[in-house]
Amino acid sequence: MSEGSDAAMTTIESSGAAVCAGPPRDGAGAAYLDASGQVRVRPGSLTAADAGTLAGAAAGALGLVWLLYERILPFAGALGFWMCWYAAFLGLYWGIARSQWEARHVREKIAAAVLTGAGLLMLVVLADQVGYVVFRGSGVLGRGNFLTTDMEKTGPLDGLAGGGVLHAVIGSLEQLGLATLFAVPLGIAAAVFMSEIGGRLAQPVRAVVNAMTALPSIVAGLFILGSVILTLGYDRSGFAASLALTVMMMPIVTRASEVVIRVVPNTLREASYALGASQWRTVWNVVLPTARSGLTTAILLGMARAVGETSPVLLTAGFTPRTNANPFSGQQISLPLYVWNYVRYPQPDMKIRAFGGALALMAIVMILFVAARLAGGRPPGELSRRTLRRLARDRAAAASQSAAPRPPAAGAAPTAAAVIHPEPESAS
Amino acid sequence: MPMTGETAAASAIEDQIPIRIVPGVSRGDRVFRLVFRAAGLSVFLIMGLIALFLATRGAQALHATGWSFLTEQRWQTAAHRFGVGAVLPDGIIIAVIAMLIAVPVALGAALFISEYAPGGLRRYLISAVDLMAAVPSIVYGLWGLIFLTPRVIGFERWLSTHLGGVLPFLKVRNGEIAASYTQSAFIAGIVVSLMVIPIICSLSREVFSQAPTGEREGAYALGATRWGMVRTVVLPFGKGGAIGAVMLGFGRAMGETIAVALIISPLFAVSTHPLQAGANSISSLIALRYSESDKLSLSALMAAGLVLFVITLLVNMIAAAIISRSRSGAATNE
Repeated sequence: MSEGSDAAMTTIESSGAAVCAGPPRDGAGAAYLDASGQVRVRPGSLTAADAGTLAGAAAGALGLVWLLYERILPFAGALGFWMCWYAAFLGLYWGIARSQWEARHVREKIAAAVLTGAGLLMLVVLADQVGYVVFRGSGVLGRGNFLTTDMEKTGPLDGLAGGGVLHAVIGSLEQLGLATLFAVPLGIAAAVFMSEIGGRLAQPVRAVVNAMTALPSIVAGLFILGSVILTLGYDRSGFAASLALTVMMMPIVTRASEVVIRVVPNTLREASYALGASQWRTVWNVVLPTARSGLTTAILLGMARAVGETSPVLLTAGFTPRTNANPFSGQQISLPLYVWNYVRYPQPDMKIRAFGGALALMAIVMILFVAARLAGGRPPGELSRRTLRRLARDRAAAASQSAAPRPPAAGAAPTAAAVIHPEPESAS
Repeated sequence: MPMTGETAAASAIEDQIPIRIVPGVSRGDRVFRLVFRAAGLSVFLIMGLIALFLATRGAQALHATGWSFLTEQRWQTAAHRFGVGAVLPDGIIIAVIAMLIAVPVALGAALFISEYAPGGLRRYLISAVDLMAAVPSIVYGLWGLIFLTPRVIGFERWLSTHLGGVLPFLKVRNGEIAASYTQSAFIAGIVVSLMVIPIICSLSREVFSQAPTGEREGAYALGATRWGMVRTVVLPFGKGGAIGAVMLGFGRAMGETIAVALIISPLFAVSTHPLQAGANSISSLIALRYSESDKLSLSALMAAGLVLFVITLLVNMIAAAIISRSRSGAATNE
């Protein structure tokens, strides 16, 4: 620890928050003399003493716990080891910090360590989950037969050279497609109702949508089982499963799209009305195109959620080892159901198949998720790079034509949205 | 837009009377409002149909047992002895274990993301939480069953042998064999906690990040450290929203099906020893028994589903009420 040279700084820093104006920024160096000779203090940033204390406590705790846990006390298990390490780390960190800083500063450091630990724990669990599924499933997914065959001619004792996941992928994609077809128009329409039409009923509708997002997925399955299958007498099928998925997906889409529709600036709506557009035209040509980026994210996140739902599908889709590409007749399996079914076999090869199915499912979820992130992230009205390029091209074309007397409709007929916000950045 | 009473306006100009223009609603708009209002109201229809079908389908079972459906612990449909007296409290036990783990981690992570994480990292952390929420429940179950279970047994055994004397509910019968610890409510609780962490975390992060900047800067100006600012500004501001998020997470934990059904071995008695193998919940009961074909069994499952539906609705309504009454909740709701 380079304590000596930093002693002056840390004393300033520990009481330094009062000197600083504004919330802490991240940057190198906690305190330094600027050009005018004044000491500038940045609380919350990492000094050499901070880093040394942190590293010292971590290393000390590791050594201590290793000695006690592995060598002296009769303990075993990775989970217990890291729990003990974290406890020892916090204790040592407190001790080292207390020996050099005042109590308030120590509390700040401990709080930061605890909260950062919680955030890191979450990341570690997520990485471990994804990594473990990839680790166990990638071997079988790499085989050529796994993505191109079904399980019709494969028994529990057959090796991994036969059998695959094709029928489940087909089923998952078809059920997801049907559910999207039902849930997205309904969900976005409900969101438009809440934010654009409103009225006395908007608040109760919002409450019910919130309640629907928290609906246990098994209840959605039971509902379709009780209504479509038992009461109306249809067989279990991919269509019934997609209805159950619709019940799960629709409130997710509604909530997410209401949020993005609500942040569409009111000035755009007013401009549209001032141009004489009706409410319907305003929604269709101004509000929805402006919110397009956010709506795409809402839809893709809803799809990512729906494709992984197991329990609604479990009760309504039935089970088959054969490829059934027709969702309207006959039982149809999907990826979550495939995993659910084969992981409960005792044979290790079946378990590996389950992991392969889980990896395929995770891949679909990841693709949808990354697509949602790429599509979203832009505030409403901000145009994508492609649209900006197109507009620039149009403008250039119009400019080159303007030398000659300009025809009344230059280039493609502009949509109302393009007319209303060619430079939407200024609206925000 | 066509204006109603154009002729009236014209005559009003002649008579020098102030004109009142009432914009009429065109026929297109009327159809638009009708259609979209119907879409909005369809959520009432869906929720109503769910309640209706669960109630009518479950009526036979409820009729056969009467009020004892809520207290009977066994599940023997052939003998007309069945009820949620065991599966409901067992499900609550799993949910409580899950919340004990999830609440500190989720709130800590939410504070870390909203207050401590450097700005560049924050976006990725938020994405990671969203991704964690999108991981399918079957993957959580698979991971919990095959990866987590063997690694937790050592910890469970330590709890049972060292703390079992002080806290008798931690004792495990036949504690020397590993199989006594697998498929327990504790392991299911850990897995469910991982599934509700992203829900609680993202909701409460949103609330925390809305704490007013003026008050934050006021706290800094008075000499607060960052933790002092969090404790005196962010936490009091976000308390209501965070409590609501925790309640929503509890509702989700109660309804979680597949991961629980994959891990536990079903037990039809109140599981007073959460480390012991054997646990249950309403949703996993339904998932494991839905293929039973006789009418009464299915009806009993429908009735159990109705109980779960009502309970999650109640939890949700309480959560919504807490959120909307709090200062931060009022901010999120407009």
